[in-house]
Amino acid sequence: MMTCDDAGVLLHALLDGELDAGHAREVEAHIAGCPRCAAQLRDYRAMRQAMSGANLGFAVPSALRSRIDAIIPAAPVRAPAPSRRSLLQGFAFGAALSAAAAASVLFVVVRSDEDQRMLGDVVSAHLRSLQAEHLTDVPSTDQHTVKPWFNGKLAVAPPVADLTAQGFTLLGGRLDYIDGKAVAAIVYRRRVHVINLFVAQASALEPTAARHEMIQGFNVRRWTEQGLRFIAISDINADELADFGAKFEAASRAGA
Amino acid sequence: MMLAGRRRSSRARSAMAGDVHDPERARRFREAALPHLDEVYTLARYLLRNAADADDAVQECYLRALKHFDTFRGGAMRPWLFAILRNVCKATYAQRRFVDPDTAEDAVPLWSEPPETPESQVLRRRDDQSIRDMVSALPAVFREAIVLREINGLSYGEIAEIVGAPVGTVMSRLARARSILRAAWLSAEEKAQ
Repeated sequence: MMTCDDAGVLLHALLDGELDAGHAREVEAHIAGCPRCAAQLRDYRAMRQAMSGANLGFAVPSALRSRIDAIIPAAPVRAPAPSRRSLLQGFAFGAALSAAAAASVLFVVVRSDEDQRMLGDVVSAHLRSLQAEHLTDVPSTDQHTVKPWFNGKLAVAPPVADLTAQGFTLLGGRLDYIDGKAVAAIVYRRRVHVINLFVAQASALEPTAARHEMIQGFNVRRWTEQGLRFIAISDINADELADFGAKFEAASRAGA
Repeated sequence: MMLAGRRRSSRARSAMAGDVHDPERARRFREAALPHLDEVYTLARYLLRNAADADDAVQECYLRALKHFDTFRGGAMRPWLFAILRNVCKATYAQRRFVDPDTAEDAVPLWSEPPETPESQVLRRRDDQSIRDMVSALPAVFREAIVLREINGLSYGEIAEIVGAPVGTVMSRLARARSILRAAWLSAEEKAQ
């Protein structure tokens, strides 16, 4: 039989999801019969929820950020990218390469030019939103406030999902510019990290599966769905961003 | 025989690889470590409770991390950086003749039982700043445990490794941290009413 003293410590492991199934059952059985421990668990749950919903992080002062940037030797100077023409010449000389392979490589090269510029814009927009104290135009944790705010401002109606229960707090929305076009930025927070989710019109209606990449130390997840192009960027780790993307997709599909 | 040979060769390798100015190594470090700067800084603010000290500690942490980047063998980068930061913070404390965060546990009297709350009472929502203040007011070992768990989101195992204590100790420190926090939360509530 579990005592209140044992349960008092173990209920934290229960709360943190660190308890094995056997012990979890024991603690739950104790709590079911002990109003005092049940009240504690309820308070700890409320506290943990309040803490995960609050912004408890401290923003790095920009002077410190530049000092640290300065102590890391600068990135190697990259040789200028070969022009498309010289690449083609290379293929012409490479007799072993089949024409099909050359065409597919060329496609990748051409696309990456466009991509590079667009992703550069995404990173700049993300950094701007963090530095300029201009994270949101419409600060709200309510999806029903954020979604209509975009009406009339954009040619698209971006889906806005409430992911609070999944650990991603909605902070609000903002208009931003990527590649010279106005896009919706939906802003979420995970612990101390900000996630910017940019939504723009897609060039094709075909949905595409999510792609992950890392750019300048930020994780990026891109996908296309319902004629919309989604780009999520954050400094959270790749797994958490993948989790965010999957949950957002599921929630917006359910809401559609 | 085998073992000695292997050890020698790994030492030779790490001696060769420790070039801070190697641009490729710097690029890898930048990509791996810089995204965690906000979290490292947040942890420093909570551990040291002073903005200027936190600035210095984070800078020193990144200097050391860059220098010892070769000893980082994959795995998660965040706990590795946190462990370095913690050592830097401990050194800061030692210099100032503050209480060592590890011995502070004994210095704290057994915490008083939180007041009994009727089951109908619900913890009131508090604003961000007052939650920060309550966390900051915790004694060092408990503050460190709760920040690593609730703000940095680490597992018990990761916290145990960083603070150099068994998982069971981490769990009991978290229990005490939350118990003190709950008492503070409730008393702040009483004042507010």
